[in-house]
Amino acid sequence: MKKLINSPATVLADALNGVAAAHHELAVDFANRVVSRGAAVKQGKVALISGGGSGHEPLHSGFVGLGMLDAACAGEVFTSPTPDQMLAATMTVNAGAGVLYIVKNYTGDVLNFEMAAELAEADGVQVKSVLVADDVAVEDSTWTAGRRGVGTTVLVEKIAGAAAEEGRDLDAVHALATRVSENGRSMGVALTSATLPAVGKPSFDLPEDEIEMGVGIHGEPGRKRVPLRPASEIAEELVSSILSDHDFSGAPVIAMLSGLGGTPLIELYAIYGDVAALLEQRGITVARALVGDYITSLDMAGCSLTLLRADEEMLRLWDAPVSTAALRWGA
Amino acid sequence: MLTLEDSRLTVDDLIAWLVRFDEQIVEHAERLTELDSAIGDADHGTNMARGTAAVRLRLTEARPDDAGAVLKSCGMTLVSTVGGASGSLYGTLFLEMAKRVGAASELDTTVFADAFRAGVAGVVARGRAEPGDKTMIDALQPTVDALSTAAAGGVPLTKSLQAAAAAAAAGRDATIPLVARRGRASYLGDRSADHLDPGATSAALLVQSLADSHAERVR
Repeated sequence: MKKLINSPATVLADALNGVAAAHHELAVDFANRVVSRGAAVKQGKVALISGGGSGHEPLHSGFVGLGMLDAACAGEVFTSPTPDQMLAATMTVNAGAGVLYIVKNYTGDVLNFEMAAELAEADGVQVKSVLVADDVAVEDSTWTAGRRGVGTTVLVEKIAGAAAEEGRDLDAVHALATRVSENGRSMGVALTSATLPAVGKPSFDLPEDEIEMGVGIHGEPGRKRVPLRPASEIAEELVSSILSDHDFSGAPVIAMLSGLGGTPLIELYAIYGDVAALLEQRGITVARALVGDYITSLDMAGCSLTLLRADEEMLRLWDAPVSTAALRWGA
Repeated sequence: MLTLEDSRLTVDDLIAWLVRFDEQIVEHAERLTELDSAIGDADHGTNMARGTAAVRLRLTEARPDDAGAVLKSCGMTLVSTVGGASGSLYGTLFLEMAKRVGAASELDTTVFADAFRAGVAGVVARGRAEPGDKTMIDALQPTVDALSTAAAGGVPLTKSLQAAAAAAAAGRDATIPLVARRGRASYLGDRSADHLDPGATSAALLVQSLADSHAERVR
């Protein structure tokens, strides 16, 4: 294992230290591993909190700031944060208008955010949660833990964040976040496995000439393992899997092509060109697009495609000012 | 000769159990992570070891006064240090047991069996897993049944705990052919069969630790 770290045991603490050093506008609570906006909370604004295992950066701490999250809880690598972290974040950013938890659908995240919500409510804070479960690679959601939460999370954080910034109440922000979550779909592909710092070797074996179609962001297996193929054919598989799962016709679409951490931007743009062409061929209008590393899986090579069936309101909120470490425009 | 201690679990017995659990987790951490890398995300050993070490430290630094306080401290510590699903599920197991035993200073077989049943019911409610889903429940439910049978039959505590450990181990081994329906392993579908479940494996270590630590203390 070759990694730019001091030691596997300190990688998360070291990274939080770096976040604090690089972004003076953020507040980092090292004991609770919570990154929040440094500015005083805006009284009466619904607060948005997300969190999850580390290793998916910039998700979630990279999306803390004006127009997106109020706080992010960082768990150990690929491990959900704990209820006490979430409770600390809740107490830090609650501004009297309630708190929305944005939760990716993994057993650990769901259980810990549930416990946190119970604790926060016992302390008199109103909490609502939105679950993101957008990974179309999981076909059998009855006999599994359900669809995994992946790229749509970023879009929920942006759009619901803008709505909260406008001063909407918790019910309205929750309803909007739910609508975004329900209308987003994603699918990923891995060219290589990720290597966890604490483990030191790849999480799964993927032969040099094979790819995992439908991989999860922790290296969960996808739909199938197939021979390596040109980007255009991979794009075709991702696009058709997503389009056959949800109706994207006749609506503006927000597309996000995210790298998984180990793939250069030139390749991401190359495959995005193919994705855009395929969508155009099928009469889908991409109104906004985002290409880059937004939800990653450590050093995994590959990408994930997320499409959101948007509407005018979502587009307006998407365009609203945002000022975070990883997403910044109009502010 | 059967001593008086063989009918009850004291505060010190419970602490000895959790210290032994930490030793067992440390000893088997690598194996747990290996099992988890086959069907999960390769962190079960690391995460559990972080949690049991914290439990051990907390209980040995400040000895709680009653059984409920030991179990509650253990539960809270696991929830806040393990993370993931395991932290909240193991935490719930101990927190529910703590609620059931309250401020008792000693637990006899019947009370312990009852508390363990409440703890496992809490885990089932939180995790929404049933026996046969290839989870820790597959080791914990047989433990509950063995303890209840032993309590009803008036079996001495040491023997009851040994029977519970054997039941947990059998439940653990029975996860091998199962197809996972909950947790991260469920994404593998049929590919999750022919693997031992890491959660059931650590749960069996928990029960074995109690049987072993108690047997040593009454010897």
